[in-house]
This record gives sequence, structure tokens and C-alpha cells, in this order.
Amino acid sequence: MLAYIIRRLLIAVPVLLGVTIINFIVINLAPGSPVEMMIDPNTPPADIEAKKDALGLNDPLYLQYIHWLVDVFKGNFGFSLTTYQPVAQMIGERIGPTVTLMGLSFIVGLAIAVPLGIISATRQNSKLDYLATGGSFLGISIPNFFLALGLIYVFSLELKLLPSGGMITLGGDGGFVDRLKHLILPVLVLGTGIAGKKIRYVRSSVIDILGQDYLRTARAKGVREFMVVNKHALRNALIPIVTVIGLEVPILLGGAVVTEQIFSWPGIGQLTMGSIMNRDYPTLMALNLLAAFMVLAANLLTDIIYSVADPRIKYK
Amino acid sequence: MEHLLTVNRLQTAFRTDQGEVISIDDVSFRLKAGETLGIVGESGCGKSVTSLSIMRLLGAKGRISRGEIIFEDKSLGKLTEAQMRDIRGNDISMIFQEPMTSLNPVFTIGHQMIEAIRLHMSLDKKAARAYAIEMLKRVGIPRPEVMVDEYPHALSGGMRQRVMIAMALSCEPRLLIADEPTTALDVTIQAQILELMKKLKQESGTAIMLITHDLGVIAEMADKVIVMYAGQVVEETDVFTLFDEPKHPYTQGLMQSIPHIDAEHGERLASIPGSVPSLQNMPAGCRFRARCPHAMEKCEAELPPLIPAGKNHLTRCWLAVQPASMAKEAAYG
Repeated sequence: MLAYIIRRLLIAVPVLLGVTIINFIVINLAPGSPVEMMIDPNTPPADIEAKKDALGLNDPLYLQYIHWLVDVFKGNFGFSLTTYQPVAQMIGERIGPTVTLMGLSFIVGLAIAVPLGIISATRQNSKLDYLATGGSFLGISIPNFFLALGLIYVFSLELKLLPSGGMITLGGDGGFVDRLKHLILPVLVLGTGIAGKKIRYVRSSVIDILGQDYLRTARAKGVREFMVVNKHALRNALIPIVTVIGLEVPILLGGAVVTEQIFSWPGIGQLTMGSIMNRDYPTLMALNLLAAFMVLAANLLTDIIYSVADPRIKYK
Repeated sequence: MEHLLTVNRLQTAFRTDQGEVISIDDVSFRLKAGETLGIVGESGCGKSVTSLSIMRLLGAKGRISRGEIIFEDKSLGKLTEAQMRDIRGNDISMIFQEPMTSLNPVFTIGHQMIEAIRLHMSLDKKAARAYAIEMLKRVGIPRPEVMVDEYPHALSGGMRQRVMIAMALSCEPRLLIADEPTTALDVTIQAQILELMKKLKQESGTAIMLITHDLGVIAEMADKVIVMYAGQVVEETDVFTLFDEPKHPYTQGLMQSIPHIDAEHGERLASIPGSVPSLQNMPAGCRFRARCPHAMEKCEAELPPLIPAGKNHLTRCWLAVQPASMAKEAAYG
């Protein structure tokens, strides 16, 4: 197992390198440059070129990449071209809010999806089942931005119950209750989407297991039906569910670009959006590296959890 | 002697999209303690439904629609679900056809055995574990104290079936229902498992209901046999009579279709023409009529009841209605 993990970590190095190279090329292929974003359109071209030279943007691409890479190996992710803050610091400030938002949304989504999925699988074609699958269909289909705007309209504008955005009330105490109030709407939006997708997954996974012979064995032993479903079946049904959830862990850090934008949530998603708009290359590269790293880490973690959840799987 | 199990005119129905379908109809038999009853018949004839009816494990769509099942003075159809759970795995236990899929892959063998043991016996975890190891030893699992912590995937099919038997017998049931216990195993393992069941039966006096489509297994194991066809019992007798003089044309057909080792080279194996009628359009009259070489007009008009055809011998066939003189002879004989 340990040898397997070490091997996977070694493989991750070339993968990460490849990802950064491709990202670097794609970012530079996109039209526009950071300098054009930061200046008055009336600035003479010569001044723009001078600024580009100063920032190293006129160097050959491979040189720019190598400079960036060498800095990264030194632990230096560079400075934002728009705020001049260290990139590492900017990302560090935003990871907390994003993990809070996404983590809570995940928990809410799963807390809805797992029980509903089980109920709808064990009572196939009942009214409850139709309600759950119908709800799941709605959850998948309604675009996040639409649901977000609708909720803001109802709860912020009309009912004036909840804030329409931000993480704390400006000038307020920023206490727990205040933060919680700011979390409710974005978590509701993201949680609905996650629940919608997962209900169907849990349902089909449980239905798959409910037909298995070993459940009949459990019943024939005199095990009560509740335990047959929630112990014998669920433990098996969770294996594929764990896989799917594990593979989605990267978005915990990637953040929700659209939803964060609408609710002005100071997270990674908003930062990503901003850096794209401003052609903030160093920030974008760091964000991409973070995303790639998270994907690889989540994959490895999923494989490890998988072997814990399913005794039939052993890595050598 | 009192009967351990009496199944009386049992009818089981399943709800389907096309309405309720009767799966088994008018199934009756009795089983004494320590006896082995074989139930034979081809796939879909209702053997498994009969056993699942006794266990009341028919699922949400199945129900016992008529008749009764009496087990030790208790009418199983009238018990509550909780009372029924006390019986399952305790007084009546079951082993299944597919040892490869009948054990839960994510729990150790010990875990699954201890679960059954602790449901019905008041043993603490440690004692239950020791008892599970003891049971594994009895069914011939090598190194039981190691195997008890193994997951099912580490065992071969034959070993898994041994585990199933150990689990089924751990609460010393009065009745063991074995639903095709050897069908999925290869021949040498089959023989070992049958030998094991025989040995355990002698030790514990458990009655066995052995469901199979393999007449060889019946000859090996059973005291009494019922032959089922299309959801009904068509013949019932002791194992020797069944092989010596089968009365029902279906049973006769089954006997002829057993391959013999001394058959002539190039000789074709006899088979029964046609196929089993589907449950949705079961014909009136005798259900075997369309495939029967002796079919008469009467067979179409009227379903034969189980007719006595000798001592302890019943057959659902009008051919058994003999001329008065012969019938008298049979009665004295």
C-alpha cells in the first residue's frame, strides 16, 4: 500500500509539470495582455511595450515559463499583476471562505441526497420516489445563477430576511450568526445542485445492491429489514458513491465561480474570475497549479478510501 | 410421529404489471423431523418460490394467497414479521444456489456468522466468535481461526458454501432449506458438500428440504421426493419408488433424459418436447398435457388431483385411475 502511494506521488510530478506547461501556453494564446488591462487606452504604444519589457512579457515563452517554474520551486508564486500582492497570500486568504462554503454545501447536499436516495430506491415507483426523482431533476436542471437570483429576490429583496451577498456585514461584528446568515443562500444554491445529482446516483446504486443475493441471505438469517438496507446494502452501495464524491473534492477548493460571483463571496472562484478578466498570469498559473494538484490528490485519496471501503480491492 | 412441517394447498401469487400471477398452486407436502425431502423440477417450476414462501421471503410483490404452512404447531402465514424473524435463521435456515454471491463482500465471514449467532443465541461477542470458529471447523474449513477474519472473496466457491452451511446450522435449526446447494459447484466439490450435509444431518437430526433439478443429488440424499411441474406437485413418493416406477409422464420423461454412462455411441439423449407454459397463460386441465405422450380428452377438460398410485405414492395424472380390480390390488399391495 505504501509503495503504491509513493509510486502514485512520483507519477504526479510529471503530470503536474505537463499541466502547467499546457496552461501556460493556453493562457498566453488568449488575446490581450495584462498590460492592456491596467492602462488607459490612450497610452502610447511605446510606453506599453516598455511596461511589457519591464514585466518580462516580451521574453520568449519558454523563458517566461522557466522563470516561473524556477520561482515556484523556490516557493515563490510571484506577485499579482493587478494588486501587486504575493499570489500565495491572495490564494491563502481565499481558501478559507471557499472551503467553508463548498464544504457546507457538500454536507448539505449529501445530507439531502443520501437518505432521499435510499428511500426512493427502497420504495421504487412510490409517490415518495417520484417526489425525490422529480426534485432531483429540478435540482440538476435549474441553473445556479437563476436559482441564486430567485432566492436573492425572495429572501433579500422582498422578505429582507437574509443578506444578498458578502461573507460578513460590513461594519458589523462579523460574529458567528452573521456569518451563518451570509452562508445560507449560497449554500442552498450549491447544495441543491449537488443533492440533485447525488440523489439519482445514490438511488441507482442502492437499487443495484437491493437485488443482490447476500441481502436474501441476511434476511434468511433473521436480520431485520432496517438493518438489511442500512447495514448490508448501504455499506455496499456506498462504495461507488464514495468514488464519485471523492472525485468531486477538487471543486471544494476550486470554488464555485458563478455562485461566488453572484453572492460576492470572497473565495477562490471569484479570484479565478477576476484573474481571468485582468489577464493576471501569475495568479492564474498558481490557481491552475492548485486545481491540478487537488485533482491528483483527490484521485489518490479516492483510491485509498476505495480500498478501505471495499476489501476486495488491494493495491500492490 | 408428528410432522415438523406441513404445507397445505399452498398458493403463492406475485403482483406484476399484468396483474396478479399465480406462481405456485395447490402445493402440499409434509416433512418429519430428521427427514430429507427432495423437490425436483426444471427451472421456473416453483421450487424456489415454495421455499421462499415457507421463509416468508417473497419480497414486496409476492404473497401467500391461499393455503397454510404449519411449522411445529405454528401457522407461519399468521405470524407477525417479528415472530417470523425469530424463526428465520433459528428454527428454519436456508442455504442458496450461488455461494459466490450469497455472502456479503464487505464483511468478514466471522462478522456475518457472529451476526446470525448473536441474533438468536444469547452469547457475548467473544463466545459467539469462538462458536463461529467451532462451526467453521465442523464444516471442514481449514485453519478456521484464521479464516474467520477473511473476506468472502478470499474463499473458493466450495469453501463459501461450507461457510453458508456453517452459518445456516449454527443456531441448530429444526429445518434446513437447501435451494440448489450444489448447482454452482463443480462435481467433486458437489460430492463433498453433499457428504458434509449428510454428516451434519446425522449429527444434528435436522430435517432437510433439498431443492434441486439434479436427480442424481436426489438419489443420493432424499428420503421422500416431490416432483413439481409448472407450479404444481405432480408426483410424490419415496425415493426408491420414484426411480423404480415413476407414474407421472413428466417424471418418466425426466428419468429418460438422464444421461447414462453406458449409452450407445451416437445415441441421442431423450428429451421432453415442448416447453413449460408461462404463468400468464396457464392452460386449464392438466398443465403437462401439451407435452404428454399419453394426453387424453379428459386431460384437457379437467385438472387431475393428486391420485393415489400405490403405497405412499401420489401422482397428478388420470392414467393412475385404474380399473376397479387393479385399484383394489394396489390398495392391498
